[in-house]
Amino acid sequence: MSLLDFFLRHRSEIFQSTLEHVWLVGIAMLLAVSVGIPLGILVARRPWLATPIVGTANIAETIPSLALFGFLLAIPWLGARADRLAITALALYALLPIIRNTAAGISGVDPPVREAARGMGMTEGQILFRVELPLAFSTMLAGVRVATVLTIGIATIAAAVGAGGLGEFIFRGLAMVNNQLILAGAVPAALLALGADFFLGLLERILRPVHT
Amino acid sequence: MPGENQTNPTPTDQAAIEFCNAGYRLRDGRALLSGLNLTVRPGETLAMVGRSGAGKSTALKLINRMLEPSEGEVLVNGQSTTNSDPIALRRHIGYVIQEIGLFPHYTVEQNVALVPQLERWPEERTRLRVTEMVQLVGLKPEQYLRRYPHELSGGQRQRVGIARALAADPPILLMDEPFGALDSLTRGEVLREFQNLEKNLKKTIVLVTHHIGEALLLGSRIAVLEAGKLAGIYSPREFLAATEPLAVEYVKNLRMYEEAENQQ
Repeated sequence: MSLLDFFLRHRSEIFQSTLEHVWLVGIAMLLAVSVGIPLGILVARRPWLATPIVGTANIAETIPSLALFGFLLAIPWLGARADRLAITALALYALLPIIRNTAAGISGVDPPVREAARGMGMTEGQILFRVELPLAFSTMLAGVRVATVLTIGIATIAAAVGAGGLGEFIFRGLAMVNNQLILAGAVPAALLALGADFFLGLLERILRPVHT
Repeated sequence: MPGENQTNPTPTDQAAIEFCNAGYRLRDGRALLSGLNLTVRPGETLAMVGRSGAGKSTALKLINRMLEPSEGEVLVNGQSTTNSDPIALRRHIGYVIQEIGLFPHYTVEQNVALVPQLERWPEERTRLRVTEMVQLVGLKPEQYLRRYPHELSGGQRQRVGIARALAADPPILLMDEPFGALDSLTRGEVLREFQNLEKNLKKTIVLVTHHIGEALLLGSRIAVLEAGKLAGIYSPREFLAATEPLAVEYVKNLRMYEEAENQQ
């Protein structure tokens, strides 16, 4: 039986798992963006916080994914549900590029622009929302793009704790020494990653500031 | 002399800006400015000259509370800056810096409209005002309003910077080396135009420069700062005849060019 036949026969299962995968990554990214951007702003505002915040995110990044899933399993509330656990782990991985790029984007705003904004009588909030964030936007988006691609890959490990997703096929295929099963998980995951990279890259190019 | 026969535009004889024994020190205790006593009269242009690090920019930033005095106080229209809301204060004081600091993601129109918009002017009034300001600084509105700063030359950018500072019609204008980054030809052009503007606008202007020619050309009085202290204050004519060492040095510098010219 050819690989294509196998895919066609199992298309509803594959589709189902792909949806699960997208869901895990999507929720994790929402979480990471809503935590990471404020943290990135904080780091840009208070440079002395860069070491503790970026350092912590850096440590999370260096823990091997399987170990991180196992480690979180021991935490009471988190370990109680597989998807909760998986989403938390994925969000932790996504955090670093988002924090780093947000901080870099804001710190990259030309100091005279900030001085002029202050001198014109803009409030801190107005400077943030009308000047700094718009100017940092494409750098921030690049961070989200890296984080998304990273997370789509790591999300295959989520199946190890029973959170579903395309990793299901991969782990089952490994256990049964069945290449077609492995590919049924790996190929859609790779396509998802490529698709997300392409789409977010496109968005980055469309929204690229006109001013450089 | 511009400083002498000056008719006061406001009925009160109040100073527009007053430094009362004002000083500023860094956290490490180093004083950038100390014991400054200086009055800027309404409608005059006070030029501040001095070496780099003499405290000129620091003094300027005390006026719109970009910095707060560590001793003494600074009064703007009779009110201490530390007792006024910095946001409201700054919106009524135009601010022009050497690096200009136009918002790169805003068009010329949006840049100039900034303070009127912050002050919630009606849209129509803002639009008219922006067009007027852009014209005032010598740019054609139909040609430039939609451009972004990166599509402008250095001289045009500085004109836009001046238009932005004047947009909400602030009575006071602070300028920190406004022409410093321009090449000498463009500088001459913008300077001449600004001289005309200055005559018509009747603003209180504080101009920081280390270019003595600018100070003589635009200033109704010239304050010389040295090592964080006021070394002297002169009308342009007095300045040229002053015996204070720094002023003498400046004048010598100025004469240097004339001599070079005479030698030819």
